[in-house]
Amino acid sequence: MTTTTVQSEKPGPAAHDKRNPVAAFFRQREIPVAAALVALVLITFAINPLFLSPQSVKDLLLNATIMIILAVGQALVIITRNVDLSIGSIVGLVAFGTGSLFNIAPGMPIPLVFLIGIVFGGLLGAVNGLLVTLAKVPALVITLGTMYIYRGILSTWAGSKQYFSGDNPKEFGNLSVDTFFGFPIITIMAVVVVVIVAIVLGLRRGGRDLYAIGSDPDAAKLFGIPTGRRVMAAFIACGALTGLAGILYASRYNSVGALTGSGLELDVVAAVVVGGVAIFGGSGTVVGAAIGAVLLSTITSSLTATRVDKFWQQAIVGVLILAAIVIDRVVSIRNTRKLRVSEARDV
Amino acid sequence: MSEPVKTGQPLSATQTLIDTSAAPKRGLPRWLRGNDAIIFAVLIVVILVASISVKNFASTLTVGFLLIQIVPIILIAMPMALVIISGEIDLSVASTAGLTSAVMGVLWRDSGMDIWVVMALCLLVGVAAGAFNGFLITTLGLPSLAVTIGTLALYRGLALVVIGDGKVSNFPAELTALSTAKIGTTGIPVVMILVLVVIAFFAVLLHFTPFGRGLYALGFSKEAATFVGIRVGHAKFWLFVATGVVSSLVGVFWTLRFASAGPDNATGIELSVIAAVLLGGVSIFGGKGSIPGVVAGVLLIGTLTYALRLAKVPETTLVIVTGALLVISVVAPSLTGWIRERIRLTRVRREVQRLSTSGQTSA
Repeated sequence: MTTTTVQSEKPGPAAHDKRNPVAAFFRQREIPVAAALVALVLITFAINPLFLSPQSVKDLLLNATIMIILAVGQALVIITRNVDLSIGSIVGLVAFGTGSLFNIAPGMPIPLVFLIGIVFGGLLGAVNGLLVTLAKVPALVITLGTMYIYRGILSTWAGSKQYFSGDNPKEFGNLSVDTFFGFPIITIMAVVVVVIVAIVLGLRRGGRDLYAIGSDPDAAKLFGIPTGRRVMAAFIACGALTGLAGILYASRYNSVGALTGSGLELDVVAAVVVGGVAIFGGSGTVVGAAIGAVLLSTITSSLTATRVDKFWQQAIVGVLILAAIVIDRVVSIRNTRKLRVSEARDV
Repeated sequence: MSEPVKTGQPLSATQTLIDTSAAPKRGLPRWLRGNDAIIFAVLIVVILVASISVKNFASTLTVGFLLIQIVPIILIAMPMALVIISGEIDLSVASTAGLTSAVMGVLWRDSGMDIWVVMALCLLVGVAAGAFNGFLITTLGLPSLAVTIGTLALYRGLALVVIGDGKVSNFPAELTALSTAKIGTTGIPVVMILVLVVIAFFAVLLHFTPFGRGLYALGFSKEAATFVGIRVGHAKFWLFVATGVVSSLVGVFWTLRFASAGPDNATGIELSVIAAVLLGGVSIFGGKGSIPGVVAGVLLIGTLTYALRLAKVPETTLVIVTGALLVISVVAPSLTGWIRERIRLTRVRREVQRLSTSGQTSA
C-alpha cells in the first residue's frame, strides 16, 4: 500500500513535464508576469518609440535595480510563509548609515562600505528572525513592530539631518551612473544577486527546505528540517539584501534622511506577489519576484511615456496585484485538479 | 495541585482537564485575570503616572485633544478586531477612507447636492469598497492579506483619479465646527457619541449574538465552523463590508475635521489600527480577542503618545515606543506561556520521580 502511493507520486507532474517540455515551460509561474512585461514594453514602444532609446532603457534598469534586490530578499521570506514589513526602515537605516560613514571617513574603501552595510542589514534581519523563531509570533506582527522601532531609531539618529549625493565620494555616486556594455553596473550586480539566490533556492538543500517550510511548517518539522534555523537564515538573507539595496539607494538618489525608504515595504510585497510568489508561502521563485519588480517599476515609466494621466498609475498597480493573485489562484486550482486526476489514474 | 498526585496517576488527561477547569474558581474572578484586565491595568497605571508626573496632563483640555486624536483609530479598530478574530485582515482601510474623502470633495464641489446627501453617498463608497474586498476573499477564496494589499493600492489610486492632486476645503463651517466641538465644559468631543455608538454596536455584535460567537469558531478553524453550521463566506463578506463602511465614516470625519478633502487623507493609518488591535489582545491567528480589550489598547497607545508628547519627548521616540509596545504585547504572552510550560514540566517530572522512587520502596 505504502509502496504504491510512493510510486504513484513520482509519475505525477514531473513525468508530465518530461513528456512535453514546451508545455511545461509555459506552465511556469513566471510566464504570465514575463508576458505582461513584454507586452507592456512593446505596446509602449509602439506608441512612443523613444521608450526604448539607450538612455531611457538605462533609466528603466536603474529604477528597477533597487526594487529587484528588495523583491528577491522579500521572496525568500515570503516563501517560508512569513513576511518582512520592516525592510523600508532597514533601507532607510542602511542608506543613512552609508551617508554618515562617508561623512566620518571620506576615504573609506567602497567594498568595505558595502560589507558594513550588508552586515548591518543582516543584523537587523537577524533581530526579526530571532523574534519570529523564538517567540513563535507571526512575522507580520513582529516586523510591523520592528518597522516602527527601526524607523524610530533612524529618526532619532538622523533628526532633520540629510546627506546629499554631493557629500559622498565621486566613485560611489558613479556606481549608479557607469555602465558596462550599456548596462548600468548596479543592475548587473542585481542580476548576479538574482542568479545566485535562484541557484541556492532552486538547487541547494537549504533552499528547497524553505519551500517545504512554507507549504507546511509542521510537516517540515516532522520531516526533520531545522525550521527555526532555516527561517532565521531567510530573515538574515532578506536583511542583508535589503542592506545592499540601502547602499545602492544612497548611491542612486540625491539625498538620504529620516524618511528614506518609508512605505517601500508594501510596494515590495506587491512586486513579489505580482511575480507569482504565493503570499502564504511554499511556491514561487526569485526570478519571478525580480520580474514582478521590473514590471511594477516599468509601469510608471511607460505610463509617463504614453502620456497616460499620472493619476491612474497607482490604480493600475492595484489592478495588477489583484490580477496576479487571481491568476495564481486559477493556476493552483487547475494544478490541484490535474494532480488529483493523475494520482487517481495511477492508483 | 497536590490532589491528583494522591491517586498515583498524575499524567492522566482527565485529571489535567479537571485541574484546569477547577482553577478559575479560586483566586480572582475571571474578568480580572484575563488579558483585558492586564491592558486595563497598564492603561490605568499610565494615566496615574502621567497625571502625577506630566505637567498639564490632568485637565479637560487633555481629554479633548486625546480623544479627538484617537477617533479614526478607534472607529476602524472595531470592525478590524472582528475581521482579525475571524482569521482575516484588512489593509485597505486607510485607502478606503482616502477614497471616501476624495469622493466627498468632488461631490461637494461639483454636484451642488446637500452636504448630508453627499455624506450618505460617501458611505456607499465604503459599502462598495468593502463588498469588493469581500467578493474577492469569500467568493473567489483569495487570501485577504494579498487582496487587501492590492486594494490598498487600488483604492488610493482611485482617490487620485477622482480628485487629482487638488484639494477641496470649502465645507460648511457649522459641520467642520461640529466635528471638533466639545460637549459643554467636559472637554469631551461631540463626535465621541458616534464613537460610543459604534463601539456598542460591535461589542454587542461580537459578544452577545450568535453571529459574533461564530466568528471565534471561524478564527479557530474554518472547517469546524462550517460543520457547526456557520455560514463562513456569508459572515466574512459582511465583516469586510463593515470595515468598508466604518472606514468611509472615518474618511468623512477626517475630511470635516481638517476641513480638507484630498487624495492622501488618512494615509498609513492601517498599520496603526492593526497595532492597536493586536496590542488590545486580539490574536493575529484569529479566534481570540474582545472589544473592551481593543478599546483599552487604542486608549493605551493614545494616552501614552499624548503624555509623552506633553512631556516633550521627541516624536521619534514615540514611534519606537509604539513599535516596542506591539512587539512586547505579542512576545510577552508566548514568553509567559513558555515559562509556565517549563514550570509545569519540571513539576510533573519531579512528581513522576517521587512516585517512581516511592513505588520502588513499597515494592
